[in-house]
Amino acid sequence: MQHYSGFGLVKHALTYHENWQRAWRNPTPKKKYDIVIVGGGGHGLATAYYLAKEHGITNVAVVEKGWLGGGNTARNTTIVRSNYLWDEAAWLYEHAMKLWEGLSQDLNYNVMYSQRGVMNLGHTLQDMRDIHRRVNANRLNGIDGEVLDVKQIQEIVPIMDLSKNTRYPVMGASWQPRGGVARHDAVAWGFARGADALGVDMLQQTEVTGIRKNGNKVVGVETNRGFIAADTVGVVTAGNSGVLAKMAGFQLPIESHPLQALVSEPMKPILDTVVMSNKVHGYVSQSDKGDLVIGAGIDGYNGYGQRGSYATIEHTLQAIVEMFPIFSRVRMNRQWGGIVDTCPDACPIISATPVGGLFFNCGWGTGGFKATPGSGNVFAATLAAGKAHPLAAPFSIDRFISGKLIDEHGAAGVAH
Amino acid sequence: MLHIYCPHCAETREEEEFRPKGEAHIARPVEPEATSDEDWGNYLFFRKNPRGLHHELWYHAAGCRKFFNVTRDTVSYQIHETYKVGQKPSVTADKGAAK
Repeated sequence: MQHYSGFGLVKHALTYHENWQRAWRNPTPKKKYDIVIVGGGGHGLATAYYLAKEHGITNVAVVEKGWLGGGNTARNTTIVRSNYLWDEAAWLYEHAMKLWEGLSQDLNYNVMYSQRGVMNLGHTLQDMRDIHRRVNANRLNGIDGEVLDVKQIQEIVPIMDLSKNTRYPVMGASWQPRGGVARHDAVAWGFARGADALGVDMLQQTEVTGIRKNGNKVVGVETNRGFIAADTVGVVTAGNSGVLAKMAGFQLPIESHPLQALVSEPMKPILDTVVMSNKVHGYVSQSDKGDLVIGAGIDGYNGYGQRGSYATIEHTLQAIVEMFPIFSRVRMNRQWGGIVDTCPDACPIISATPVGGLFFNCGWGTGGFKATPGSGNVFAATLAAGKAHPLAAPFSIDRFISGKLIDEHGAAGVAH
Repeated sequence: MLHIYCPHCAETREEEEFRPKGEAHIARPVEPEATSDEDWGNYLFFRKNPRGLHHELWYHAAGCRKFFNVTRDTVSYQIHETYKVGQKPSVTADKGAAK
């Protein structure tokens, strides 16, 4: 792998930047791999990277029907935080947070992780009780968190309307200074480049059309480029997880929904943190390019269409304008929808399945991006050992039979 | 924006009047005491989530406030039919979308 550095940049400038190596190969599929990962998004690529790096398993393929990082990895609002209420979820997301903090150095790829802080607003007494409870729970788990009053919020975000004139006046907020945003594409590319350098094959434009079983044991995947054998298959396909589960012959407790987001025209720096509100339901940050990145909740109906309803966008922007009247005349540049696989308890599934050798990592719902390195890390350990990593164990699919749910609805400020 | 025909109001209205309520035709276990954990889990959490035709429950929240069923394509979002609770869909995945 060509090492990236400031010196390298200068060196390549001398040859007009024409001699940069490709970041990853485009190999032809082998007949057999030790492990096949279905889905070349952030989570799948991170899984491949940590399999090779931490477990020494390099005979691995990542099978992607489109191009690397072209799904939800490229469609999210890039917010990273770990202020979840319940221990199991907090540990998992905090594991990811710790990896985020050293990720650029680890990958030798600038993922532009900017710890600009994440603020979750409270607009009612109950919001504030929940915020106090969550911040206390976070601190007991060693996760940074503070409760801010209105004056402190105003110091951090002077442009927010914190008067009593709004429909739902802001009463306070929770604040996680270590949270922030990262460059979503760079995360996928960085992991892909890192995994490729360690020998992992990235098979793009290779669509899985079936999962071949021998009895109740997986033996490989059928693709549009032929059969690929593997004793262990890890499925990390976000919105299409239900479709893959159906191929393998079982059901998941997952429903797929469109989640929409928007970006505005680029502006000069005006918002240097992430502001989220569960009550009026919208969240906004400003990218390094200068555009406001805005999102809110899912469309309520099931959908695979990568688009949603106009009414949802309207509600989102109403919330943003309520918080920031100064943005009322900002023009929106682009709007899009991604397909998220939502679980009944708003927590992911990282689990073995009824089929031997087949593992699923899915159900991240609206907030999977923040977990990308952690998810890949624990899923790689799960695939390598054939049994759940301790942090992944509570996220078994069995919890929907036993009833031991990890109910993160609203507890984490909902908005992702 | 979906336009949805409410079979109770006998009118086509805009999506904002309605609330989607998920998969339709889910029968509650008849004998709760005798139902296994697995069947309870299936009843509560496991859904078909198809890519294609989906029979789902909708609620006319800002209208007649009654529930009804919709057969909708989850990729094109086209609504094939709406029908009252208790009735059977005439468009199903096996039969294909009738014209």
